[in-house]
Amino acid sequence: MSATFLGMPGNFPKNSARAVQNSQLRYNLRKATHTIRGKRASVVGELPDWQELRAAGKAIKDETLRHLDRYLLQLEAAVTAAGGHVHWARDAAEANRIVAGLVKATGEREVVKVKSMATQEIGLNEALAAEGITAYETDLAELIVQLGDDFPSHILVPAIHRNRAEIREIFLDRMADAPPGLTDEPAALAEAARVHLRERFLRSKVAVSGANFMIAETGTLVVLESEGNGRMCLTLPETLISVVGIEKVLPTWRDLEVFLQLLPRSSTGERMNPYTSTWTGSAEGQDFHLVLLDNGRTDVLADEVGRQALRCIRCSACLNVCPVYERAGGHAYGSVYPGPIGAILTPQLRGMGSELDASLPYASSLCGACYDVCPVAIDIPEVLVDLRAKAPHGAAERAGMRVAGWVLNDQARLAAAQRAASRLRGLVPRRLPGPLSAWTDTRDLPDIPEESFRDWWEREG
Amino acid sequence: MSRSAREDILARIRRAVDGAPEVDIPRRYRATAEVGDLVGLFAERVGDYRAIVHVVPEAEVPARIAEIVAGRRMVVPEGLPAGWTPPDTSGAGPADPYTADGVVTGCAVAIAETGTIVLDTGPGQGSRAQTLVPDYHLCVVRADQIVAGVPEAVSRLDPARPLTWISGPSATSDIELNRVEGVHGPRTLEVLIATA
Amino acid sequence: MRVALFITCVNDTLFPGTGKAVVSLLRRLGCEVDFPAAQTCCGQMHVNTGYREEGVRLARHFTEVFAGYDAVVAPSGSCAAMVREQYPKLVKPGSRGAAAVAAVAPKVYELTEFLLDVLKVEDVGAYFPHRVTYHPTCHSLRGLRLGDRPARLLRNVRGLDLVPLPGAEECCGFGGTFAVKNPAVSSAMGADKVRGVLDTGAEVLCAADNSCLMHIGGMLGRQRTGVRVMHLAEILASTEEVKAS
Repeated sequence: MSATFLGMPGNFPKNSARAVQNSQLRYNLRKATHTIRGKRASVVGELPDWQELRAAGKAIKDETLRHLDRYLLQLEAAVTAAGGHVHWARDAAEANRIVAGLVKATGEREVVKVKSMATQEIGLNEALAAEGITAYETDLAELIVQLGDDFPSHILVPAIHRNRAEIREIFLDRMADAPPGLTDEPAALAEAARVHLRERFLRSKVAVSGANFMIAETGTLVVLESEGNGRMCLTLPETLISVVGIEKVLPTWRDLEVFLQLLPRSSTGERMNPYTSTWTGSAEGQDFHLVLLDNGRTDVLADEVGRQALRCIRCSACLNVCPVYERAGGHAYGSVYPGPIGAILTPQLRGMGSELDASLPYASSLCGACYDVCPVAIDIPEVLVDLRAKAPHGAAERAGMRVAGWVLNDQARLAAAQRAASRLRGLVPRRLPGPLSAWTDTRDLPDIPEESFRDWWEREG
Repeated sequence: MSRSAREDILARIRRAVDGAPEVDIPRRYRATAEVGDLVGLFAERVGDYRAIVHVVPEAEVPARIAEIVAGRRMVVPEGLPAGWTPPDTSGAGPADPYTADGVVTGCAVAIAETGTIVLDTGPGQGSRAQTLVPDYHLCVVRADQIVAGVPEAVSRLDPARPLTWISGPSATSDIELNRVEGVHGPRTLEVLIATA
Repeated sequence: MRVALFITCVNDTLFPGTGKAVVSLLRRLGCEVDFPAAQTCCGQMHVNTGYREEGVRLARHFTEVFAGYDAVVAPSGSCAAMVREQYPKLVKPGSRGAAAVAAVAPKVYELTEFLLDVLKVEDVGAYFPHRVTYHPTCHSLRGLRLGDRPARLLRNVRGLDLVPLPGAEECCGFGGTFAVKNPAVSSAMGADKVRGVLDTGAEVLCAADNSCLMHIGGMLGRQRTGVRVMHLAEILASTEEVKAS
């Protein structure tokens, strides 16, 4: 059972410093992220109207958020009219309680799950376990994580930190029915997972999913996936429970024409993902329950700058292009939402009360690559900078910044500081003490010049 | 409990967005794609997913189906055109998806630009389980069902029906982010494009 | 043409040679250069580290100092982007100083923009007989969208052998206070950038921002690679008669 991230210790600088030393992790992440970057760039480049789709995607999400109350009520009415049941959950505990109750009502003690960020966010598997219900992850990467007793490290590919050789070892160690001669060929590994899960799919009476989109106008839910485990979970069991964040609603059916172009190309770098399932209410006689989850989203919505994070469609393009994520890996972020989107989403959903969460807005060089690839144009650097202004600041840093601000706000003070530095230029050691050693541990300092530009200008400019 | 959660959440939303600006949705993207040869592009794009693709004149479809599925026990969904029903070579009658070798279906719509087939459980398309459980799927696409891009497909489809959008065989990108065919859905997808 | 030089606090204090190069280059191209002595800092470090109030104060000071000029030229993509892209969000419309921001911000140019878009010169008459690679810093690449402007200028420098930098568009890992707040990741990013630079076999790495060059150059120096870093302006200012220092 993979543990949740709640209460994870440490902070981003410490966690990432450890990750940077892990050569296997660095190699795996570099290889995977560079592969997907190339694929994404090529399929995005095929569409002459990508920027127009992106502008529409952004606006549709903004419109949804602007009138979220209205669209949720419309969705509820449509799902109910189509024979589904709608539940509302203010927070993780309430959502978990609802799901556990629904499962118990079926008399079952096992559920199959199709990968869902929302259920990871609320720690559903652990909550169900506490109620005596076993949840089986069926997505290949989630299975790798669950079997390896590991944490997910990527939104789309939770086992991105594992290479094929490591996956083979996990399967041989932890999967009772793994074939003894299992090789590390990806096709062989996929086959082993297929055999392992097949019986479970055919046996299970209850499935739990998330959803990529919910259409207010029609009450339709939409799940994009690759392997077919989603189709198995959504189709075969008698009862389907979908836990979905309230921001996942779209106003109209037509809006899918935008998002079914934006999402696959941004996430797996494909023209289209292998399988997309849509269903409305009770499909083919299935008992369907929709749990609408707030869990901090309305707080994010109240923030004028930060609310754009709720446009996120969980494509992972920002992770794949992020140079910080590539070196730090997903675990350093201590959240089910790693990478640039995690750095703005986690502190908003959880607050910045812990050392870890307060360090996340700083887990970026503000290079802007994430904003460029975001299919719904979330200005992640803008939100990061905004969160930094709200983050708790250490006393020493605050004092230093105040002094720097005082010096820099006046030319005479700046000139005096520059002349003082020039006088001391011979005395600067190659390695600085204290917090400034963070610079000189790996880099030489520039030579301090004999005179500043402004002094030169005054003399001969 | 649940009812008050609903009221709470709605009230929180209303407070959060109070005074936020209204939004215009610019739809300047392509409503329709300019594609000269729909059949050719669709065949190429389906092939990119490593599906098996044939383009045949409509009149030859029954013979090609019989030839392709010979020796396989196929699920025959309700409403499949009579000519597309493969001859029962096993003598065991219509197959159950859980024991069959494969399934043969038509489709609701197909998208050239993305190489996608959409099933809506209508006549000749089977239930969702019938097209999922068997390891092999033969799908017949009539040329007039192929549209250029995603927007045209969305407008042709009925959201009230359960839809399955299929782009190639079952696959995963979970190992080192490289696409590998064959996980839980049909591991082989064969597409017969019937031209007039 | 009368232009104001916005030197930036980092260049003023640590890299006066870049400022001198900009002055000599612009004068060579017929500009009258003014240096408003009251200028200090654009406030980027404060804003990006979470000290918005100090940043707003510095932004107001900036717009007062540079009011009334036809053009303000900065040898820094990062600081120019701060003024042009971030000021209008920082000093909110309707608040004190917003009108001044709206008037001044659009007149701020990064050096290569000013040369190509305002002066319309692609060949500045420079001479620099060395093998050079160019790192497009994030704020000049994705903030200001300088595109191929720097390359066009460099290609017209006589004697210069411009070699492409592998992984050029990836951040070097400087990121202002990121370099000291997250030193491990910053250095890991810098190490990969250094490897790219060494792969080119270039003698000189140049960029439109000395802050990024201070980080990459600090690593190149620590590793005793012998590769020099130079601001683009210093290469463009260099001629047969006046060699770059």
